[in-house]
Amino acid sequence: MIIAIPLDENKETVCVSFGRAPYYLFHNTETNTSETLKNPAAKASGGAGIQAAQFAADHQTNAFITVRCGQNASEVLLASGINIYKAAHAAVADNLKAFMEGKLEKLTHFHPGFHGGV
Amino acid sequence: MRIAVLSGKGGTGKTFVSVNLAAVARDTAYIDCDAEEPNGHLFFKPEQVHSETVYTMLPAFDAQKCDGCRKCVDFCRFNALAFVQGKPRVFPEICHACGGCSLVCPQGAVTEEKRAIGTVSQGMSGGIPVVTAILNPGEASAVPAIKAALRATDADAVIDSPPGSGCPVAEAVSGADYCLLVAEPTAFGLHNLRMVHELVTLLNKPFGIIVNKADGVYPPLEKFCADRRAPILAHILYSRKLAEISADGELAVRHSAELRRVFLGLWETVAAEAAS
Repeated sequence: MIIAIPLDENKETVCVSFGRAPYYLFHNTETNTSETLKNPAAKASGGAGIQAAQFAADHQTNAFITVRCGQNASEVLLASGINIYKAAHAAVADNLKAFMEGKLEKLTHFHPGFHGGV
Repeated sequence: MRIAVLSGKGGTGKTFVSVNLAAVARDTAYIDCDAEEPNGHLFFKPEQVHSETVYTMLPAFDAQKCDGCRKCVDFCRFNALAFVQGKPRVFPEICHACGGCSLVCPQGAVTEEKRAIGTVSQGMSGGIPVVTAILNPGEASAVPAIKAALRATDADAVIDSPPGSGCPVAEAVSGADYCLLVAEPTAFGLHNLRMVHELVTLLNKPFGIIVNKADGVYPPLEKFCADRRAPILAHILYSRKLAEISADGELAVRHSAELRRVFLGLWETVAAEAAS
């Protein structure tokens, strides 16, 4: 199973921004290995949430752990069969541990976009 | 001849300047391009209003023809397309209707369908044509509604621009012969003036500045204008009476002889500048 988490610049804590997080962590539970990749949507002029969700879907993600998630991004994730969970801790390691212990709740509230950009 | 009125933020007095300028001008229409919250009609109360729907194009995908090559999704710079379960999927409010996805599709699987995004209404107010662009709630881009409003009449016009300095403003200003930048004499007002000044400079438009709600001189703003040889055409003093007249939905130039003189003088200057 592959778990995706948006990361802050420090690559250790969960970024509150779904679409514009600078990095994404992809953790493979079978091999117990992690990969940190630059988020291609971080500086998108628009539709960052959609592009970031696409990025996760393209990496065969099965579960997504995030602080929050917009409606458009959630549509892409859910349609791609990805389960979305709410981050319960600041540190990525704590969230992964909580997830493996079945302690993270599914995220059910998806906010309308912060699309001001125009 | 078209005069666009703009400012870096809302509440500075774009509509106040636009409606009063249009009211003293002769044979000139008023076009409200602030499509997200058009207010000019509250002052003009146009009659014999008729409305037309504004459409934009949205891609539709033929699932039979689509072979999932993903070229359309990778092409879309607005990220309006996602590739889900082997097929493209469009997010309508993100789509800018550029038509690129249909051009790059090797299978001819993308067609475009009309989608309503707003309306343009037209009416008359005592001899002044009043055109209003109205964007449907929830739509991301006012640009198609603004384009339609600007095309609705060939007449000379005062254009009431949306606030800010982004795409809708650039669109509203694109065909203008002259731009009026409205600014408040405050630090925040100067910051916003810088943004619209940059825009009109970039677009190479002749322009002048109106300092609105002036309750004294704000030296940094005066210096900013002097340094750039940006002419300040008028200081409109802060006045509770003007605010009350506007709050009642009345045109201030019809209730204040002094303000009428200011706007007549402004119109003369602007018309001469725009014609030169």
